[in-house]
Amino acid sequence: MAGPTISRLTRTRTRAAWLFLAPMLVALALVAAWPLGRTVWFAFTDANLSDMGAAGFVGLANFEYLLTDPDWWRSVWNTLFFALVSVSIETVLGLAIALALNVHLPGRGLLRTAVLIPWAIPTIVSAQMWAWMLNDVYGVLNELLILLGIIDQGIAWTANPDTAIWAVIMVDVWKTTPFMALLLLAGLQMLPTECYEAAKVDGVHPVEVFWKVTLPLLMPALLVAVIFRLLDALRIFDAIYVLTGNNQATMSMSVYARQQLVDFQDVGFGSAASTLLFLTIALFTAVYLTLARIGSGQAEERP
Amino acid sequence: MSRRTRRRLGRVGFYLLMALIVLYAVFPFYWAIVSSFKPGSEMFRIDFFPPPNLANYYAVFAEQPFGRNILNSLIVASAVVVLSLALGLLAAFALGRIRFRGRSLLLFTILGVSMFPQVAVLSGMFELVRALGLYNRLPSLVLSYLIFTLPFTVWVLTTFIRALPKELEEAAIVDGAKPFTIVTRVFLPLLGPALITTGLLAFIAAWNEFLFALTFTLSGEQRTVPVAIALISGASAYELPWGNIMAASVVVTVPLIVLVLIFQRRIVSGLTAGAVKG
Repeated sequence: MAGPTISRLTRTRTRAAWLFLAPMLVALALVAAWPLGRTVWFAFTDANLSDMGAAGFVGLANFEYLLTDPDWWRSVWNTLFFALVSVSIETVLGLAIALALNVHLPGRGLLRTAVLIPWAIPTIVSAQMWAWMLNDVYGVLNELLILLGIIDQGIAWTANPDTAIWAVIMVDVWKTTPFMALLLLAGLQMLPTECYEAAKVDGVHPVEVFWKVTLPLLMPALLVAVIFRLLDALRIFDAIYVLTGNNQATMSMSVYARQQLVDFQDVGFGSAASTLLFLTIALFTAVYLTLARIGSGQAEERP
Repeated sequence: MSRRTRRRLGRVGFYLLMALIVLYAVFPFYWAIVSSFKPGSEMFRIDFFPPPNLANYYAVFAEQPFGRNILNSLIVASAVVVLSLALGLLAAFALGRIRFRGRSLLLFTILGVSMFPQVAVLSGMFELVRALGLYNRLPSLVLSYLIFTLPFTVWVLTTFIRALPKELEEAAIVDGAKPFTIVTRVFLPLLGPALITTGLLAFIAAWNEFLFALTFTLSGEQRTVPVAIALISGASAYELPWGNIMAASVVVTVPLIVLVLIFQRRIVSGLTAGAVKG
């Protein structure tokens, strides 16, 4: 007697589920799936911004040209270099801050509040703040370095191709390390306490505890956080646009694609660049989702 | 004794490190505030405690429609939050509470969308915005921002909704309540804190967005705050009005920092729900 009732209830609920999902799915189809599909289509055309409807199919011409453009390869290199370096620094620094926040000492709250400030500031604003601090003539950083006797005259941080990418990295590290620290802190707080108690009883040195207990246990959370940040870093646009504009030396893939698309009005070519960036990130996303899925599988198996 | 000294030294070192981190985190913002208080040529003197002078603040509102820009950002971010929460809550109920085929795949597809690089949809979105007649109008931003706020909202609310006890809903089902009633009467009141957290994070994301705002608006009147601040320019490219830029930066950042200080615990829980608990 209970059988049919339950299955009817299940049916009603399944129907309700799709009904509830419908508005969200329609919205995502409109703002994500459709524009993405159109962008991929434009990548195979000679579409122009002033009249996007008059696009003609040109096959792989855009991609062929893109792969021979040294500026494109420069932007690919810049993006990868920026992503790997900044995420590495953020991981090490974030882990240090997370460990500090995890110690039960007075002043912890202040530290947490302080590190949240860079996170909340809009990227554009932090880029402008750093651009001012890094100003070649009046910047406080040059002033301090001269005062300390490290350099004799101001460095043009954002204008010099060798230092410009490091200026971008500096801004990104400042802005996103807190996020990393908070993710890792959440990971630390979920670690089982038994291992630590056992290590304490055995009198293991704290440094050894870190390498042999904390780090291996934290690895899943660490990996997810790193990939999450890496995906974000690969699409960098704001900070580079503000700090160095459309300068070839520091251009990222996103900046390159937008410049082609909007400034040069070449929608076909710009879309080809966007599509390649999308594929790069899709690859990383696939890795991330696999990891997250394994993680959630484990979480559901836990009693 | 030596052990105690060592421990003390360790503690001092620890606090020094913490002080250094705090200084590193706070100094750029402090420097922006200090700089925004320096009028004219004072700007170019290194002075850590200048007397507050509001000339730059007057200038930033007088020389461009900055008040209008703030209003634009508020309108866009609020609309995006309301839309994302409404659509997200319904979807999260379905994803978090009802078992159906394809649920897991759907959830991960949504997470995948939140990883989209915005530039990957730029040309398609440009076409859409133009076709709908929204170019250089605020609704274009409300529409396009859903691509990053909606997946995130759905994901975080699903995490929160899953954590609520099953019995709540079972009682309502036994009483014969319809699914929509369950959402509005049972879950909505309980999800207040989760909605505040998620809404706040979506608000900050929309408030800070730059690429779409830069591309889909043209006139100064339609710009949002980040675009206005990025495009503040002086008499020549070599004479940026740094005082104005810093004043504008402080104006838009202070409310965000106040929000973060008030809601810091919630923000931390929301951020980690969005990322770690895969």
